[in-house]
Amino acid sequence: MSAHLAFFAVLAALSVLSAVMVVVHRNPVRSALWLVCNLIVLAVLYLTLSAQFVAAVQVIVYAGAIMVLFLFTIMLLNLGAPEALRETGRVQRAVGAALGLSFLTAILGAGAVSVGLGAPAATPESLSTGGTVETIGKLLFDAGQPWLFSFELTSVLLLMGIVGAIVLAKRRI
Amino acid sequence: MLPVRTEYYLVLSAALFAIGVIGVTVKRNPIVIFMCIELMLNAVNLSFIAFGRHFGHVNGQMTVIFVMAVAAAEVAIGLGIIVAIFRQRESIDLDEVALLRY
Repeated sequence: MSAHLAFFAVLAALSVLSAVMVVVHRNPVRSALWLVCNLIVLAVLYLTLSAQFVAAVQVIVYAGAIMVLFLFTIMLLNLGAPEALRETGRVQRAVGAALGLSFLTAILGAGAVSVGLGAPAATPESLSTGGTVETIGKLLFDAGQPWLFSFELTSVLLLMGIVGAIVLAKRRI
Repeated sequence: MLPVRTEYYLVLSAALFAIGVIGVTVKRNPIVIFMCIELMLNAVNLSFIAFGRHFGHVNGQMTVIFVMAVAAAEVAIGLGIIVAIFRQRESIDLDEVALLRY
């Protein structure tokens, strides 16, 4: 087993473990902290996939901004107490887990029987500089590429998000 | 040749997605359900980036950036809805908030 594969195995085990802990913990604050752990492990996985910029954005936006929003809401609504919500019964839990596992089998089976990936087309150049800020920025703001218009639309979406969140959370408008 | 095969990343992504699905079906706390949705979004992001590396293309990473922007907006709106529901009925149990179910 090469060193790359061993590193990947450790990261994969960590990410699956933290994802399971998000689901099994009864305390939402603990779930949120395990989710932060999962997001950071995923950022390292992005680094191994030579996506440096996305890894940085993952830590800043997901593990930083979005998780702060989650924790803030949990504390604002005082949901940290484990007895705040009754959990589902054993039957529901077993059915949910069975459905999820059959779903996983379905995805893996569909992937196995569908057309194979083919030989990788990655070049040494794309593996080293394929995800740097320079590469991403040049493509994102290139008028010949399809991303510039979507990028501008994203600003409208975020503005709608801001206005919507204020309207929803305000007591009286 | 790639150091780690793309298929391994895809299997990991499928496993994370399935854990997210299980969380959404099993949990009753809407905030934890939101976290599980984030898990699923991240699993899809991982497979996008793995495919992007496999084909030597940056487009996978571009899509991930837009998914992150949409996820940020979605979380802001969703948590706003949860706060609004909590203000109205002092409870966010999903079994009680069933106004739109029938």
